Amino acid sequence: MNSLLEFLSLSDPNVRMVVWGTTLLGASAGLVGVFTLLRKRALLGDAVAHSILPGVCLAFLVGHSKAPYVLLLGALVAGWLSLLSIDFLVRRTKLKADSVIGLVLSVFFGLGIWLLTSIQQSGVASQSGLDKFLFGKAASITSQDVSMFGWVVLAVVVILLLFYKGFKVLAFDEDYARAIGMPVRLLEFLLSTITVLSIAVGIQAVGVVLMASLLIAPAAAARFWTDRLSVMLLLAVGMGILAAWAGAFISFTAPSMPTGPWIVLALAALTVFSMLWAPRRGVLGRWLRQWRYARKIALENVKCIEDLVPTGRLDLKRRICRHRRKIRLFK
Amino acid sequence: MPTSAIEVHNLTVSYNQRPVLWDVDFTLPEGKLIAIVGPNGSGKTTLLKSIMGLVPLSGGFARLFDQPLADVRSQVSYVPQRESVDWDFPARVKDVVLMGRYRPQNLLRRLTRLDREVADWALEQVRMKEFAQRQISQLSGGQQQRVFIARSLAQQANLYLMDEPFAGVDAASEKAILELLLQLKDRGKTLLIVHHDLNTVRQYFDWVVLMNTRLVAAGPVEEVFTEANLQAAYGGQLTVLAQVADRVQEGGFPVRKKEVKI
Amino acid sequence: MDAIWIILTGTLVALCCGLLGSFLVLRQMAMVGDAISHAVLPGIVIAFLLAESRDSLPMLIGAAAVGVLVTVLIEWLHRVGRMQADASIGISYTTLFAIGIILISYFTRQVDLDQDCVLYGEIAYVPLDTWILSNGTSLGPRAVWILGGALLLILTFIGMGYKGLQLTTFDASYAATLGISTVFWHYALMSTVSLATVVSFESVGAILVVAFLIVPPATAYLLTDRLPVMLGLSALFGFLSAVLGYGLAVATNGSVAGAMAVAAGFWFILALGIHFIKKRLHAFPARRKLPESYI
Repeated sequence: MNSLLEFLSLSDPNVRMVVWGTTLLGASAGLVGVFTLLRKRALLGDAVAHSILPGVCLAFLVGHSKAPYVLLLGALVAGWLSLLSIDFLVRRTKLKADSVIGLVLSVFFGLGIWLLTSIQQSGVASQSGLDKFLFGKAASITSQDVSMFGWVVLAVVVILLLFYKGFKVLAFDEDYARAIGMPVRLLEFLLSTITVLSIAVGIQAVGVVLMASLLIAPAAAARFWTDRLSVMLLLAVGMGILAAWAGAFISFTAPSMPTGPWIVLALAALTVFSMLWAPRRGVLGRWLRQWRYARKIALENVKCIEDLVPTGRLDLKRRICRHRRKIRLFK
Repeated sequence: MPTSAIEVHNLTVSYNQRPVLWDVDFTLPEGKLIAIVGPNGSGKTTLLKSIMGLVPLSGGFARLFDQPLADVRSQVSYVPQRESVDWDFPARVKDVVLMGRYRPQNLLRRLTRLDREVADWALEQVRMKEFAQRQISQLSGGQQQRVFIARSLAQQANLYLMDEPFAGVDAASEKAILELLLQLKDRGKTLLIVHHDLNTVRQYFDWVVLMNTRLVAAGPVEEVFTEANLQAAYGGQLTVLAQVADRVQEGGFPVRKKEVKI
Repeated sequence: MDAIWIILTGTLVALCCGLLGSFLVLRQMAMVGDAISHAVLPGIVIAFLLAESRDSLPMLIGAAAVGVLVTVLIEWLHRVGRMQADASIGISYTTLFAIGIILISYFTRQVDLDQDCVLYGEIAYVPLDTWILSNGTSLGPRAVWILGGALLLILTFIGMGYKGLQLTTFDASYAATLGISTVFWHYALMSTVSLATVVSFESVGAILVVAFLIVPPATAYLLTDRLPVMLGLSALFGFLSAVLGYGLAVATNGSVAGAMAVAAGFWFILALGIHFIKKRLHAFPARRKLPESYI
């Protein structure tokens, strides 16, 4: 309990950085994740997360620096390139989307690993920071990182607010958006850019592989609770932040524990909880409704039969009563 | 005594607590060419699928030749909608037709010469022999449909259930398919066919099953395919209905839509 | 000699994955393959803790079972939970992978696996871990033997089950009407993919498994329209990727697994070029062919 209070007081500057950093990441991933999920492109985010690695490595090689903005630029370019190649292959070949995503993901990532290991072997000084793009190092988030995350989140939020209506129509029905003359290509470009941006900063906390979860899970969990986009966005942000805090707290109490995987587990727990308990779309609610429905039909059937029974037949009436009681008790 | 080919009793199928088929009840005789007709979303495909045991039933049952499906599987053949598969699959026409010879019993063994001969014969029946080595993605819609029918013929069944074999098919293929269906009927086979074109029902079919989630009517075309029944099946869709009423009275040939090629 | 062992290991991985991956690509389940390859991690760690050794049979089977479990989980989230298919894939495998990472960091002393190895394997160390008989004779790297055994199993599976896999991949509901169990073939394929992933995992890590599951089959798919040829070509491209990848890695002193993935991508781009040239050449005659359906 004490450790929880100590954690929440944010008195430890290290903890403060981790908490603020992961909070910002959780929030931005939650926001853009809603749109990736609604547009049925959840796994595209996974591909982008993997594809960012070679961009980061090349940016490091070319720019000779580990400055966050240089690496972010490389990440942005590589992420965009992966999206373009996926789009090209799906449209121009008989390969299906799932194969194309897997293909681009693994080849880009292979390229990233190859570059990363080559850089490490070549003994270029101070390359060690690149590792965090692979596994994520929430524990080593610096104030410089946090300020960059802050700018990214600000950019994401501003773009979302400015083009909210457009994104909404796009997520709902792309063809319709085109039909009513919306600048679909511009909207897609903006949405993809903020997605790549969010992923590029997000992988620094949870790593390449687990980024998909940060993107998908808050949105998927939020989807169970509501049918309204604005509510879903708020819920997704809330879930992202909650999970980020949970992850940060666990690695605060047990320092050997990695933050990223715990954030993912927290998200999984939130998702399963939502899936079971959400009132309208949840599993338990649905079962309850199905059960009530079946019971209602059974009772109505009994009523129908009862109406057919001639007035004098008490024996039949009694049997029907017994049957009804059985339904009420057991069904 | 002629047995019934298909007997469906109280068949109910629902999805998400919404009934797709509700209490459908009918018996169909052997040796007839039978159409299933109804508006979009009226459960025609689901009816075929539930007879073939492909969707879980919420109630009722279907019997084929007075037996449960499992006992007469080898006598029943199903032709799914053409769009239900990916035609980019790496296979040639012959490979697909040969699939009609697969059985649970011979799945781990090689196909025999007889199997290959039957497949050749089936291809000949749909007039696609010269396409045997053709990649399936290079076929037109009508040709793909004929390949599916050939695959079904290769099963050498007695009862054929076909889902929209005339949909998106060019005139030549439609003619070839129709002739084939009539031939099969003459050989005593039973054919139950989901049909979307009300204009051709009278020309092509002996029997008709009219439905809209519930059964509207089932029986010989001349008795059942009436304006009143169509009204019941198609309800509010007045434009369709007006057209159909005209056609029914005229008995004339409508202009058929040509297949659109890209 | 080490070079040959490494290339041989890479080739065996490529063959195991490429042959099965062909069916995954055709079934549009490539990302399920991706999910399996990540999800076996906790299985490997747990089996490692229980069996306290690498490469024991119970470990392989236990880890492969977790791979099959993830397909069940995906199915469950999608069917019972009514979650979008892509979201259920993304959530299931990340969760299992996260559990794997947590287990590794918790049992870091007992488990001889580190995070790097999980992602891109240690194929360079394969020749060091040899199988030595009690009389002292060395039979070569252990990984090669295990992968060879797995390949034999996979070849038998595809050889015997070719028709079942082909039919249930092309038209599952038709297969069901013939009385052929689609569920059986689905899980048979998933189990074999899972096994292939587990045996390949230590040598090449999660990502190269995905690369070999998807890239060579996709390359082959572009070049042929016959299933047996596609299987053969994906094996060939797998082998070529292993060779080229090793060369690349040696030349640049980088990760062998990563370079092999890059090589696979190189062959894919080459095939893509051929595909487009072929398409252009055929474009004109194909257009002329159209009216024949109206004869």
